[in-house]
Amino acid sequence: MKIAVIKYNSGNVQSVLYALERLGADAVLTDDPDQIRAADKVIFPGQGEASTAMKYLKSRKLDSLIKELKQPFLGVCLGLQLLCEHSEENDTECLGVFPVKVKKFIPENSQEFKVPHVGWNELENLVDNPLLKDLSANPFVYYVHSFFAELAPETIASTHYIHDFSAMLHRDNYYAIQAHPEKSGLVGEKLLSNFLSI
Amino acid sequence: MLTKRIIPCLDIKDGRTVKGVNFVELRDAGDPVELAKIYSDEGADELVFLDITATVDKRKTLAELVTKVAKAINIPFTVGGGISTIEDVKVLLNAGADKISINSAAVHNPQIINEMAAEFGSQCVVVAIDTRSVDGIDFVHTHGGRKATLLRTQAWAQEVCDRGAGEILLTSMDHDGTKAGFANEILAEISSMLSIPVIASGGAGNMAHFKDVFTFGKADAALAASIFHFKEIPIPSLKSYLDEEGISIRK
Repeated sequence: MKIAVIKYNSGNVQSVLYALERLGADAVLTDDPDQIRAADKVIFPGQGEASTAMKYLKSRKLDSLIKELKQPFLGVCLGLQLLCEHSEENDTECLGVFPVKVKKFIPENSQEFKVPHVGWNELENLVDNPLLKDLSANPFVYYVHSFFAELAPETIASTHYIHDFSAMLHRDNYYAIQAHPEKSGLVGEKLLSNFLSI
Repeated sequence: MLTKRIIPCLDIKDGRTVKGVNFVELRDAGDPVELAKIYSDEGADELVFLDITATVDKRKTLAELVTKVAKAINIPFTVGGGISTIEDVKVLLNAGADKISINSAAVHNPQIINEMAAEFGSQCVVVAIDTRSVDGIDFVHTHGGRKATLLRTQAWAQEVCDRGAGEILLTSMDHDGTKAGFANEILAEISSMLSIPVIASGGAGNMAHFKDVFTFGKADAALAASIFHFKEIPIPSLKSYLDEEGISIRK
C-alpha cells in the first residue's frame, strides 16, 4: 500500500512521515499529481496560515486535484480547515469538500481560555465510524490551533474549548482531524492506523 | 476539557543527558532517546530538551539527536539552549522538533521572536524567561540566571507575547533547585495578564507543589527535571494525585 503525503508550504510534515514510518507504512512526500492520484491513501497535513496555503495549492493546481480524488483522504490540522468552505483566517475561500465554516477562537476570559488552544483535550460524542474504531471512550489528543471548524452533520467527534467544535469530519472518502495524531501518543497512532485500514 | 501538562526537562550535553538519572530500566543512562521514550510511555504530556553544549560545532550533534527523538516518540517536544539565529531554528524544526525555546537571544535581539513567528508560526515559538527578584522587583536574568538585565519580568512577558511568542516558559531563579514549590505569585500575575499559555519551572519538590502551581499559580503546564529523573515523583503517581485533587489531567 502506497501513501502519498501532500507536499506544500506547510510545517511539521516530518513528524507525520515519522509517525507513518513507526506504523510501517510506505509513505512518500510529494506534490506530483500523478503520484498523488496513484496512491492508495492520501494524507494532507498542515500547519501554517490558511490564505498562504490556499494560494500555494492553487498555484500548483493541487486544489482541483484534491477535490477529484477517490481514495481515502485524510486532512490533518490546517488540512482539516482547508477542506472546509471558508476560513476566517484572512477571509480565505477554502476547498469546500465539507460545507463547514472555520472561525477564530475568541477568548471570553483570558484567564480561563487562552488562544491558541494548546495541549491535550478530549474527543467527545464519537459516532460509529471506521476512523474511530476501537478507541477508548473520550480519548485525549494533542491540539495546537487558533481556528476551529463549526459543528456540522459531517462531524464525527467533537471537542470542547470555549465552544464545542468539530474535532473530526467525514464525508465520502474525505476524513479530517483537527488535532495532531502524529503527536497524540497511542490514541494518535490508533487514529492513523485506523485510517490506513479504511 | 483542556488538561494541565506535565513536562519533564532533559539537559543535554554533546548529545547525551547530563545530571545523574536514576532509572533502573535504562540500559544506557546517558541516552536521551531511551529516557524520552520512558517518559512518553509513563504519560508525560510533552518533553523539553535543553542543550547545554557550549561549542558551535557540537550543534550538528543536537540536530541528529532531535531526528532520533522525533522518530522514536509520539508526543510533542521542545528544543532549547543557546539557539540564537533563524538558521538554528530552521535546522532543528526540519530535524523534527515541534517547538523551539529561545532565551538570551530574545533578550539581546527581540526581533527574532517576530521573525520566528512570521516564518514558522507562533505555535513553535517558546520564549524562556529566567526571573529573579531584586529588592522585591522582578527582573529578567540571562546566562542561567547569573546576569541581571534591566528588563522588568512582567513587561518583558507582555512584550514577547505581543511579538508573537506562542508560549512562555517562566523559570524563577529564586525557586529553582529549592524544592520548596513554584513561584506561584508571579506565575499567576503573568498568566492572568497574557493570552498565551505559561509553563511554570523551578521549585518542584513534591506533588502538592504541582497542584498549587495549577491552582494558585494559574499555570497551563509545569516543568521539572531532577524530581522526575531521580524518581522522587513518578509521573503516573503525580497524575493520579492531581486527578484525585480535581485538576484536569490527561489519563
